[in-house]
Amino acid sequence: MSRLPLRALFMLAWRNLWRNHRRTLIMLAAITVGVWAMIFMTALMRGMVDDMLLNGIRSLPGEVQIHDVFYRDDPSINNSMPPPGDALLQALRIPEVKAWTSRVRVPAVISSERDSRGVILLGVEPESETQVSFDLDNIREGRFLESASDRGIVIGAKLADRLETELGKRVVVMSQDPDNDIADRGFRIVGIYKAKLASLEEMYIYGGRETIQQMLKLGDRISEIAITGDDYRNVDRWYSTIEQAAGDAVKALPWYEADTYLGSMLAVMDGFVLVWIIVVFLALSFGLVNTLVMAVFERVREIGLMQALGMRPSSILYQILIESLLLLLIGLLLGNVIAVVTIIPLRDGIDISVVAEGMEMMGTSSMLYPALKVNDMIMANLIVIVLGLLTSILPSWRAATYDPIEALNKT
Amino acid sequence: MSSIVCKDLCKTFQQGDEIIAGLDHVSIEIEAGDFVCLSGPSGSGKTTLLNAMGGLDKPDSGQIKVGEIRVDELGKGPLADMRLHKIGFVFQAYNLIPVLTARENVEFVMQVRGEPADERSRRSHEILKEVGLQGMEDRRPAQLSGGQQQRVAVARAIVGKPALVLADEPTANLDSVTATQLMDLFVELNRNHNITFVIATHDIRVMAYAKRLIKMRDGKIISDEQQQSQHSNA
Repeated sequence: MSRLPLRALFMLAWRNLWRNHRRTLIMLAAITVGVWAMIFMTALMRGMVDDMLLNGIRSLPGEVQIHDVFYRDDPSINNSMPPPGDALLQALRIPEVKAWTSRVRVPAVISSERDSRGVILLGVEPESETQVSFDLDNIREGRFLESASDRGIVIGAKLADRLETELGKRVVVMSQDPDNDIADRGFRIVGIYKAKLASLEEMYIYGGRETIQQMLKLGDRISEIAITGDDYRNVDRWYSTIEQAAGDAVKALPWYEADTYLGSMLAVMDGFVLVWIIVVFLALSFGLVNTLVMAVFERVREIGLMQALGMRPSSILYQILIESLLLLLIGLLLGNVIAVVTIIPLRDGIDISVVAEGMEMMGTSSMLYPALKVNDMIMANLIVIVLGLLTSILPSWRAATYDPIEALNKT
Repeated sequence: MSSIVCKDLCKTFQQGDEIIAGLDHVSIEIEAGDFVCLSGPSGSGKTTLLNAMGGLDKPDSGQIKVGEIRVDELGKGPLADMRLHKIGFVFQAYNLIPVLTARENVEFVMQVRGEPADERSRRSHEILKEVGLQGMEDRRPAQLSGGQQQRVAVARAIVGKPALVLADEPTANLDSVTATQLMDLFVELNRNHNITFVIATHDIRVMAYAKRLIKMRDGKIISDEQQQSQHSNA
């Protein structure tokens, strides 16, 4: 046997790593900062996309929506559906379903004494609606609806400004019933809400479901059922159960099909994270290769000596690769620790309200919450290790294939 | 007991447009336990011959046998194995591994051979004592003088109990006192362990130690004489 044992290779690699302290420390700093940047920026970007997706999903759609089969093409009152039957109610009790709610949802016009606006009128079940999409903390004045037969109306703060109206005032809401006749009713404003996205405040007004059904002469029919689960990424695991139970007269869609823009965001984000990590690594790799090339160049005679003494070229190759591996592992450890340490204090959010309008156009709020995902950290670490070792193969192979005589005679 | 047999070795080098004859039909036989000096000016072929014997350089033609092994027919892997088990090298520039201590440098060869740790430790201590470096086992090469470093190199060369030690200008970087001490050590090892020594040198003081002096010029052997060593060889 003419191979140095693994333990001896590690010892030799470790000591050789520190022959040139300065160079090693500089390279370590570069790897650490690179890994930190990978993880930190990914967490920020994930947070932004998560916020965008959650705002999009939770603002109304939910993770799974059920509609009449024609509703997607024509979201009008004529394409309403019956309330959930026994089979669907049973399916909605599976553990993966966190909450669900049924709604009437129709385009409408709201008029105050001063102005009129086009809006989306939502007839909701308040108790279930607050579990699916409406956050009671968003109520700024007054209250939310108290029951499905509540006769009040809740509107957004921005809409109240536009209509130059306020809490306690009366407004008229007008829409169309299934016979295409005008259906209107007067409501007292019982609550004013603020939303993460100001555009939503102008769009959605809330009334009790039964009150709205009565106004529109719908009977017990509804426009949609919105369902939320534990994680919008895991919808595939359970939505088919809902779909089967819902029957053929209705259509159940996961959020990424109901809103393809949102759906594509996730795939784009996953791809972007991968590209970002690879780009950062490529920048690192030049330094890594240079470090190894210099380390090998300085030890040419020593490598020739080892070959002269009977060490196989493969052992020399492994020794250089282990040096690279040790450098990468230390850099990864430091980078990961620093990333976690810098992200944790930001878990209460970063206030970026200075660019709030721009963020709102993208569908995100003005508080950015970094989202540190284990999968992203694992991916970053794996890419750095694998690509790092691949990058190191060339200088290592070069060292292993030196001619012993030429190497020994190098000055 | 190994011997070295070289038959009709030829080796050429390209230097610009010129072809230089490193070895020009060199034939030689060295008996086990012999103490041989290869002498000659720079470029005479003594280092080339030494490298060929040690399997570090392949001749263009000819045969080399170390013991029963045809060195010229071996591939890279078997050559490495042969060097590991049968040959010790002592170079002009000591060539110690700077990140290893004296003891670790000596043990390096035994580690590559897969010898157990306790055996390595025992033998390395013995050898370092024999070469006069007791108490310096844990020093790194940078903490040793030139002569001490060369002694570590000698210890490394013989710790594996090779049949043959090839030394290329081992005293070139040493002062005369240290060089004398080194050569006395070689003689003692040759006598006590019956190790064959082949030393390439152009130092006449070193040549005085040889039992057999082979002179080379322009890749050829021009004389091959037994001589009375001026120092006590067995």
